Amino acid sequence: MRHSIAVTVNGVRREDAVEPRLLLVHYLREVAGLTGTHVGCDTSQCGACTVIVDGRTVKSCSVFAVQADGRAVTTIEGLADGGNLHPVQEAFWNQHGLQCGYCTPGFIMAAAYLLGQNPSPSDDDIRKGLEGNICRCTGYENILKAVKQAGERMAAGRATAPAAQPAAVGS
Amino acid sequence: MAITQMIGAHIQRREDPRLITGHGSYIDDMRLTGMLHMSVVRSPFPHARIRSIDITDAAKAPGVHAVYTARDFKAHIAGGIPAAPAFIPDKKQVPTHYPIAETEVCYQGEPVAVVLADDRYLADDAAQLVSVDYDPLPAVMDLEKALEAGSPTAHEGAPDNVAWDTILPGGDIDAAMAEADIKLSLRVTQQRLAPTAMETRGCVAEWVPFANTLTLWTSTQVPHFVRLFVSGALGITEAQMRVVSKDVGGGFGCKAFPYPEEYLSSASSKLIGRPVKWIETRTESLQSTHHGRGQLYDAEIGAKRDGTLVGLRVTQLLDSGAYVGVFGSFQTCAILLGGGCYTFKAVHGRTVGVLTNRVPTDPYRGAGRPEATHLVERLVDMVAAELGMDPVEVRRKNFIAPEAFPHPNNFGLVYDSGQYEKTMDRALDMLGYGDFRKRQQELRAQGRYLGLGLSTWVEICGIGPSAATAPAAGVALVESSALRVHPTGSVTVSTGTHNHGQGHETTFAQIVADALGVPYEMVDIKHGDTGETPFGYGTYGSRSLAVGGISILKSCQKVVEKAKRLAAHIFEASEDDVVFDQGRFYVKGSPDNAKVLGEIAFASYGAGLPEGMEQGLEAITYFDPPNFVWPFGCHICVVEVDATTGAVEIQRYIAVDDCGNVINPMIVEGQLHGGIAQGIAQALFEEMSYDDESGQLLTGTFLDYLVPTMAEMPRYELDRTVTPSPTNELGVKGIGEAGTIAASAAVINSVCDALSPFGIRHVEMPARPDRIWKLIQEARS
Repeated sequence: MRHSIAVTVNGVRREDAVEPRLLLVHYLREVAGLTGTHVGCDTSQCGACTVIVDGRTVKSCSVFAVQADGRAVTTIEGLADGGNLHPVQEAFWNQHGLQCGYCTPGFIMAAAYLLGQNPSPSDDDIRKGLEGNICRCTGYENILKAVKQAGERMAAGRATAPAAQPAAVGS
Repeated sequence: MAITQMIGAHIQRREDPRLITGHGSYIDDMRLTGMLHMSVVRSPFPHARIRSIDITDAAKAPGVHAVYTARDFKAHIAGGIPAAPAFIPDKKQVPTHYPIAETEVCYQGEPVAVVLADDRYLADDAAQLVSVDYDPLPAVMDLEKALEAGSPTAHEGAPDNVAWDTILPGGDIDAAMAEADIKLSLRVTQQRLAPTAMETRGCVAEWVPFANTLTLWTSTQVPHFVRLFVSGALGITEAQMRVVSKDVGGGFGCKAFPYPEEYLSSASSKLIGRPVKWIETRTESLQSTHHGRGQLYDAEIGAKRDGTLVGLRVTQLLDSGAYVGVFGSFQTCAILLGGGCYTFKAVHGRTVGVLTNRVPTDPYRGAGRPEATHLVERLVDMVAAELGMDPVEVRRKNFIAPEAFPHPNNFGLVYDSGQYEKTMDRALDMLGYGDFRKRQQELRAQGRYLGLGLSTWVEICGIGPSAATAPAAGVALVESSALRVHPTGSVTVSTGTHNHGQGHETTFAQIVADALGVPYEMVDIKHGDTGETPFGYGTYGSRSLAVGGISILKSCQKVVEKAKRLAAHIFEASEDDVVFDQGRFYVKGSPDNAKVLGEIAFASYGAGLPEGMEQGLEAITYFDPPNFVWPFGCHICVVEVDATTGAVEIQRYIAVDDCGNVINPMIVEGQLHGGIAQGIAQALFEEMSYDDESGQLLTGTFLDYLVPTMAEMPRYELDRTVTPSPTNELGVKGIGEAGTIAASAAVINSVCDALSPFGIRHVEMPARPDRIWKLIQEARS
C-alpha cells in the first residue's frame, strides 16, 4: 500500500506515492533523484545521510519518507545559492576538509545547522556538535578548521552585508 | 627540475567543487534502465556444511526475478579468486576461494546465494526467505590452538591450518644475540581491524546480450586488476570487459583486490541479461570486507649495556582468515621492516600464516609496517627502561646515520635516504622535551599520570620495482601513463593509478603543468576506467606519486622531446639549439621569437612535419622504479591516564615527517591527519571481536565497532623535514600510510610511560579504559 506525500525538497514541492517503509534517504536518492545525500551505515551512527527537515538536522536513514509529508527538506544540492557556494561549502574546500568526499555532504549539512544554532562555536562546541558524523579520511582536523572559518566568514558577512547572506539553515 | 611554479604549491583541490555540492559520482548513484538489485544471502556460521538450499519461497516472492546459488554459477565462473604468489612464494596451502560457497562455508558472511529483484527492499525481503540447512562444524578461532596437533581445521579435510610457515633470516642471529648483555621479550597482539571506508563496497554489472560485452562499475582501488581477474574467471577477453570506477568513497587497502560480489554480479547480469546492482550494507561490510592486521607477535630483543641494539627475533602468527587474501601475505613485511630505523647485527623472523574461520585479512593502511613499527618501538622503550636510559638516547645511539645511505638492511632491502635524528630533534623541540620530564615528575607526586611516547618510524613504499616484485608476483608492479597534447594545447593524461581521496586530479596536474609549462587549468587527469587508461596497477602502498607520478613526468619529457624536434624544424634550426623553457620553445639567443607548446601541438597535427615524423603529440610510459622509497619521521604523543577510570586523554600529538619533496603540502598534511587518526583509533578504540566459542562476530555495527568521531580526536601539530629520495627525479616518497604506521606505537608508548609508576610493562591494543583499569588493579593488588 502506498501513501501520497507532499514534500518540499530544496524549495520545490513534489508529490509522490511511496511505500510506508521507504526511508527518507532512499526517497531523496531514488525517487527525487538527489544522490548527494549518502548512506554510510545501517544504524544512524555515521551521519553521511544528514539533511535538514524544517530547519533541523535529521539522519535521513532513520526517518521514513512518510514522516516528511508536509515538510521542507534541504539537501546538499540545495545549499549553494545558484552558482555561489554556501560559506560552509567554501570553507570545506579552502581548508581541505574532505578527501574521498563521501561523508562530506552530511558533515556540511550538520555544520551549517550547528553554525545556525551557535554562530561562533569554540573548538569544543564543534567537536561535540559534530560527533554524530564520522569521517574516516581527514582525522577531523581540517573539518574543525573549516567550520571555524565558515563561522567567522558568516559573522563577518552578517556585520557588513546582511542582505547578501545565504539562506539560513537551522536558525 | 628547473620549473617549480606548481610543484610544491598549496593548491585547493579541483575534485572538491563536485563533492561539496552533492555532485560526486559514487557507485550507488548509478542507475541503469532495467537494472535489478542483488542481495547476497550469507552464512550466519563461521564454519558449517551446507546440506541443502531451498529457494522456493524466495523465488516466488514479490519482485523477484531470480535466485542463484553456486550450482548456477559453476558454468559461468571458472576457478577461484587468486592469492598473489608474491611475498611468500612457498605457501603450503591456498584453499580455493570460489566466490560463492557450495558445500561448506568457512567464514561468517560467506555468500551462499544471491537474489535479484526489482529494488533493494524486495531483494532483501526475499533473501530472508532463502532457506539454508547448515550442519555446523567446529570453528577455528584461536591462532595458537589452530596450530596444535589435532586441532579442527578451518576447511574440512585439510591436513592442518598452516597456509605458510617461512623463516626469514636476516643475518646470524645466534652470533648477534651472543653479544647481548640483556635480552627482553614481548608478546604483542595486533587486533583485527575493519578498514571502514565510509563508502561501503558496491558494483553495477551490465552484460549486453548478443554484443557479449561486460561493463562493471565498481568501488575499487584497482580497476585493471578487477578486469584482469573477473574477465578471466568469466571466460571472456579483457577486450570484452570494461571496468569503471568513478568517485570512490575511501579504500585504505580494502578495495585493492577483486571480491566475490564483483564476480557474482557480473555472472548474474550475464545469466539474466539485465544490469545488476549490489550495494554492501555496513553490517555486511564489517562482516565480509577483508580485515587488516590480525597478528600475534613474539619477539626478543638483545642489547648491550650501553644501549646498543644487537639482535631481534620475531615470530609472527598471521590470521589469514578462511582463505589467503589476494595480498594477505604482504603483511609479512612486518618482519622485513622489523629492525625499524636502527642498526641491528641481525634480525631473524618466522612467519606462520594461519587459516581460521574468519573473513580473510589483507593489507589495511600500512599493512605490515604499522606492526613492525609498533613492535620495535615498544621494544626500544623497554630496553631504555631496563637500562635506565632515556628512550630518546637509545634511539639516537642506534639510528642509521645519515651518511650510511643508501643503507641495505638485514634483509637486503636498501633504504634510500634518511635523517632520522633531524626529525626526532625537531619533534622534541616542538614538545619542549626538557621541561616535560620535570612536569611529569611533579604531576606524579599529585597522583596524575602523564606519559610520553615516541615513535621513530621508517617505511617501505612506492611499490614497486620489478626486480623486487615481479620474480615472485608474476607481474611487475610498475605504473603507466598516457599523455596526449590536443591540437590547441590542452592536455589529457590517463594514469593507471586510481584516486580514492588522495587528490590525484590536482597533484598530477601540478606535475604536468610544470613539466610541460602549460597552464594548470589546461591539464585533465583521467583515471579509474580501463576503457581510457593504459594497463595499470592502481593505488595502494603509497605508490601513486613515486611510481605513477614519475611515469607521468616521463611522458611529459617524451612529449617535450618530440616537440623540440618539431620546433627545430619550424625554426629551421638544429635541435641542439632549441631551448625549452617553461612551456616556450625558442632558438638559443632568440627568446623573443618563441612558440608555446600549444602552437607546436597544433603544428604537430598538420602537414609539413620533419621527414619520418608522425602526426600528433602524445606519449605512453611504463615506469619501473629502480627501488622502493623510504619515508620516515618521528611522532610524539603525550597522554594523561586517569588512574581511577583507566581513561586515556591525548594532550598533544606531534608529528615531524619526511616524505622527500612535496607536490602539494596541503594534501600531505591531510594524509597525515587521517593516517594518524587511524593509528590512534587502533591504539585506543577499534577491534573486530568474535565470540571465542561460537565464532560469532560481536562488532557488526558502528554501535560496537568504535570508529572515533571528532569528539575523541586531538589536534595534530605537524612539521616536515625534506630529505629528497634519490630513487626518482622528483625526489618524492609517499605519505598515504605514514601517519598510521607511526601512530599506534606513539600512543601505546605514551600510555606505558604513564603507567610505569605502577610497574606496568606493556599495554595491549586497544587500550580502552576497562583494560587499563584492570591492569592498574592487578598492579595495586
